Amino acid sequence: MNEIPLTHILFVSTALFFIGMYGLFTRRNIITMLMSIELMLNSVNINFVAFNKYLFPDKLDGLFFSLFIITIAAAEAAVAIAIIINLYRSHQSIDVDDATEMKF
Amino acid sequence: MSNYLYILWIPLLPLATFVVLGLFGRKYFAKTAGIIGTASLLTSTLLSFVAAKQYFFVDGKVNGVYQKIIALKYTWLQFSPNVSIDMGIIVDPISVMMLIVVTSVSLMVHLFSLGYMKGEERFATYYAFLSLFTFSMLGLILSVNIFQVYMFWELVGVSSFLLIGYYFNKPSAVAASKKAFIVTRFADLGFLIGILIIGFYGGTLDIGLLIEKFTSVQSPEFISITTASFLGASMLTWGLVLIFMGGAGKSAMFPLHIWLPDAMEGPTPVSALIHAATMVVAGVYLVARLFPLFSMDEAALTIVTYVGAFSALLAAVIACTQTDIKRVLAYSTMSQIGYMMFALGVSKNGGESGLGFMASMFHLFTHAFFKSLLFLGAGSVIHMVHSNEMKDMGGLRKLMPITHAAFLIACLAIAGIPPFAGFFSKEEILTAAFHENKLIYGVALFTAALTSFYMFRLYFTIFWSKEAAAKTHHHDAHNDHGEGTWTMKLPLLILAACAVGVGFIPFSQFITSDGAALETHVDMVFSIAPVALSIIAILLSASFYKSHNSKSDKAVAFFGGFYKAAYKKFYVDELYLFITKKIVFPFIGQPIAWADRNIVDGFMLLLANTTAKISTAIKGFQSGKVQNYALYFFGGVLALSVLFIYIWK
Repeated sequence: MNEIPLTHILFVSTALFFIGMYGLFTRRNIITMLMSIELMLNSVNINFVAFNKYLFPDKLDGLFFSLFIITIAAAEAAVAIAIIINLYRSHQSIDVDDATEMKF
Repeated sequence: MSNYLYILWIPLLPLATFVVLGLFGRKYFAKTAGIIGTASLLTSTLLSFVAAKQYFFVDGKVNGVYQKIIALKYTWLQFSPNVSIDMGIIVDPISVMMLIVVTSVSLMVHLFSLGYMKGEERFATYYAFLSLFTFSMLGLILSVNIFQVYMFWELVGVSSFLLIGYYFNKPSAVAASKKAFIVTRFADLGFLIGILIIGFYGGTLDIGLLIEKFTSVQSPEFISITTASFLGASMLTWGLVLIFMGGAGKSAMFPLHIWLPDAMEGPTPVSALIHAATMVVAGVYLVARLFPLFSMDEAALTIVTYVGAFSALLAAVIACTQTDIKRVLAYSTMSQIGYMMFALGVSKNGGESGLGFMASMFHLFTHAFFKSLLFLGAGSVIHMVHSNEMKDMGGLRKLMPITHAAFLIACLAIAGIPPFAGFFSKEEILTAAFHENKLIYGVALFTAALTSFYMFRLYFTIFWSKEAAAKTHHHDAHNDHGEGTWTMKLPLLILAACAVGVGFIPFSQFITSDGAALETHVDMVFSIAPVALSIIAILLSASFYKSHNSKSDKAVAFFGGFYKAAYKKFYVDELYLFITKKIVFPFIGQPIAWADRNIVDGFMLLLANTTAKISTAIKGFQSGKVQNYALYFFGGVLALSVLFIYIWK
């Protein structure tokens, strides 16, 4: 069975990253933006795992990094959702364009 | 060597009083502030007498010479191994004598103020300021380091400013306090430069070390300071003359005397303490403290002599024409300080020819008592009459017998009539002047006669002339308090006793320029001229002012323009106003103000305006939209990636 080359996986992760970025910039709903950020984080995770597997198969550093990122992402999601709930309470909306008071 | 460390408490007690009364006085001690201040000062005074007894009679003398003892020295700022600012206590004849003068006069004034200032709204503040002044003055006289002198010098200036401006709702008092502060500050500028010159060449600020270095002719410091010259005078002369300028400012010597008459706007007991007995003699004390330095420089001493003699004469002439009793006393103070100054000027350091030094200190000592007595007596009179003007007074001798007696004693003392205190000290000064400089002696003799004249003019106008007018005038509202409380009479009595008695102290045994006792003898033949002149002057003023007559008006007419000029204080104030308003302000002040507004401020405004403009231009970036920020962030990451991957390598 032929191994899938590294470049294929990198294509997937890059695509995933820019899909996430696109979502982050275009969506006005904060929850969707949060989901986009998760996509970007996961594309980075894929990169870590793939590089670890293909370049340094006898080491585990990349795997640990992705584990850490998953943990942090979970915590970040919790914080983000708390922020969203507070934002909703104060603005009755979770649209970022409705919360633009912090400016010059 | 015994322990003099307890002297530290003498200045610290007034300081503690100042802190307590200054912080809590108005709230908690509004009524008792006077008692607290007086009690703490009484302790200081007793300690001073203990110190004086110990120093002069027990252990100050080693082999017949009074030693300089450094009781305490604490280095406060160390600039280099040799140059430091120290705080310390020096115990030597003049500092111990000054301790006695300052604490006892201050105590009398505290006591007198209990009655005089009773019912004032800022009673506690008044006592706080008095304590601050006493602390600073005591610190000044105990200084071991010339910079310590300077710091306390400024502190007495501040407390004098605060006390002159005590009645701060009176515009004239505010103006007077400002004037006193600015004039003495200006003089202190000279003092500071003088200190720096002397300190630079001497390599130290310690007074003892400076004296040691500059009095040996072979020392490298002495050679370097006398060979360096600026505008034709050696740096030693410059340094000493500039230091003397500071002293002249504080001691109201011509031409820096203009603040002293105006300083009479302060409460009268304050004038007695600060502007008669203690602070104004700080200049004399400074010259005496640095006298070994001054004695090494003929030119500086000559300046001291002539400034002193001229001030003595000028002030005496002006005093004959003034009508405000406190101003007469102010000019008489200036005149007497002139005496002390030229007595120092004609003196040499040590031995027989050091007579002038001893005479000057003696006069400082006796003057402190009789002049504060005069001021407190004037205070009693003003308290009774509610006016400073002579024309509102007259015939008061029956209404206030104690004040009358005290005032008479003080006048006799200042006129130099034996056996009152002033006679002895003035006699020494005249003797010293006679041996060194006949011109100065003539001036001093004439001034002595003038002094008797104007003092008795004051005395006769207040206590004699226009009998009936005084009675009808004072029988109305404020006759009830008479001469005031016992706290106002007691200081008068004590000071009167001093004005009679202190002349008999064998001063030359204790205080001389080199510490060794000096044999003096009052030469009866020599005393004839000054005493006779004084008596003639007194009789003349009696014929003028004892009863109301036209003789004085005739004398005024006789002197004509000269009288008017003297009445206007020889236009020195006007000259200062002309120089400041017409020359300094438009030609120096305004260009500097323009430069300050346009160049200095302009540069800062340019910076601020540029910053503001740039901020306005770029503030659109801070839109408050989260996604814009994310975009900038990714843009930044992209740029950095490109930079690091392709360009930086």
